[in-house]
Amino acid sequence: MNQPVELQPDETFVLNVGPQHPATHGVLRVKMEMNGEYIVHAETVVGYIHRMHEKMGEVKPYPQFLMNLSRLDYLGAMGYSHCHALCVEKAAGIEVPKRAEYIRVLMVELNRVSSHLVWLGAFIMDLGGFTPLLYTFQAREHILDMMERITGARLTYCYIRFGGVSRDIDDQFIQSARDFMPYMRKELIKYHKLITGNIIFKKRMVGMGHISPEMCRKYGASSGVARGAGINFDVRRNEPYSVYPELEFEVPVYDGCDNMSRYMVRMEEIEQSLRIVEHALDQLPDGPVMPKKAPKIIKPPAGDYYQATETARGTFGVRLVSDGSQTPYRMKLRSPTYSNMHLFDEACRGLMIMDAMAMMGTLDLVIPEIDR
Amino acid sequence: MIREKLKQALEHLFPAGEAVPPAIVAEGEEPAEKTPREAVIETDYATCGYHLDIKTPPEQLIEVVSLIDQNDFFIESITGVDWIEEGEIEVVYDFSRYDFDLCRVVVRTRTDRDNAALPTITGVYAGANWHERETAEFFGINFIGHPHLVNLLLPEDSDIHPLRKDFKP
Repeated sequence: MNQPVELQPDETFVLNVGPQHPATHGVLRVKMEMNGEYIVHAETVVGYIHRMHEKMGEVKPYPQFLMNLSRLDYLGAMGYSHCHALCVEKAAGIEVPKRAEYIRVLMVELNRVSSHLVWLGAFIMDLGGFTPLLYTFQAREHILDMMERITGARLTYCYIRFGGVSRDIDDQFIQSARDFMPYMRKELIKYHKLITGNIIFKKRMVGMGHISPEMCRKYGASSGVARGAGINFDVRRNEPYSVYPELEFEVPVYDGCDNMSRYMVRMEEIEQSLRIVEHALDQLPDGPVMPKKAPKIIKPPAGDYYQATETARGTFGVRLVSDGSQTPYRMKLRSPTYSNMHLFDEACRGLMIMDAMAMMGTLDLVIPEIDR
Repeated sequence: MIREKLKQALEHLFPAGEAVPPAIVAEGEEPAEKTPREAVIETDYATCGYHLDIKTPPEQLIEVVSLIDQNDFFIESITGVDWIEEGEIEVVYDFSRYDFDLCRVVVRTRTDRDNAALPTITGVYAGANWHERETAEFFGINFIGHPHLVNLLLPEDSDIHPLRKDFKP
């Protein structure tokens, strides 16, 4: 009866990871064909939380679609609203006051820091270290409190409107943002002491999970995945939008093509985002946060418009096809993790399952954003 | 400049490509008759967000995409637009570049609505796989030669095409 199953030397078996698995950060399923401990072939199955946002975009008037954007990526929602607003404003020719644009950038960058902090904590937890999660969530709490006071929401913001933002920032916000900078920089030093130099961590990171620049190009990868493969690409600087050309920041690039490079890129991005916030606070102009004549009905002229921005997870794009009416004819949302995750199937071949999971962590996945 | 280089190479592909009006039609105006099947149009980046708008017949799609691939573009997305009144589905391919020579390229091709079929470009860009699967399930397009054309985001046993304009839930 209970005979153990014996596999032939070349025989493979299928291992099912997910849909509910702590390391997949949501409902993501990977069918892995294994040869012993090694992955021969992987097939990612997505779509478990598909909500058809693109169809909703086609049936709702422009302003009603605003809140959908923050339901894509619940960790870095502000960046997605920003891209959508920029695209519609470009199409409809709405002028945005300078102060509003600065406030948008401030919020997007703060949101980026909070998003990266969740990634850091969750990623280290994937690798088996529980402590950093508690520290990063503590720091993130400061950002969320700050943003909640102004925007009225902790994660799913509807703060960016066509023409500006819904509410001006006040002195208390500016003060708390300024106080946050030295605190966060100290925290970053702590994280580096706690994590980056750790020998167990390094052994799982350095030289593991190879993603080549050519693979990035064929799959359209962006964010830390591309910049960790030595590709000097950041939409904020390569294709400037909003007020980014007026702000000082650097784009961290590492050419190791491994987990460690992607990790270091994201860690330095936190620093650079802090720098942008500080600089934007210094330069913050006075004035209104909404144009005097903000249009109530949005009717862009017929045409096909595209806008890309750099969100916390990479290049997010909105394609808007307008037929001149109050509802879009077509609203395509190009999500960055979609392309980054697609690459996983090819990149994880030949890895051990533990290393594949570590690599998946460095892709910075948010599943609702893949499924849309 | 990569933009001129690519434009010249593409115009070489379409020998009969004559000058055509811009893709964005001015307000209140009807587009002139039927849009041409093949054209390379330089668009105003500030108004529409891309530099080159390429219209190609499906037969030349792979040739055009290979040319774009040779010029080091990365694939950004693939999507469709259902032009129900014209009885056609337009499939839109977005490409961009990693370096500072910014050039966003949009490739458009059209296929019949009732019997929608296009060649796959997964042979050129492996990353087109998921994008084509998504477009296939949302619009009901058969990408001929695709290695694994099953539903991606929709349930695996469904055969609805929700982004077609005549879709009734």
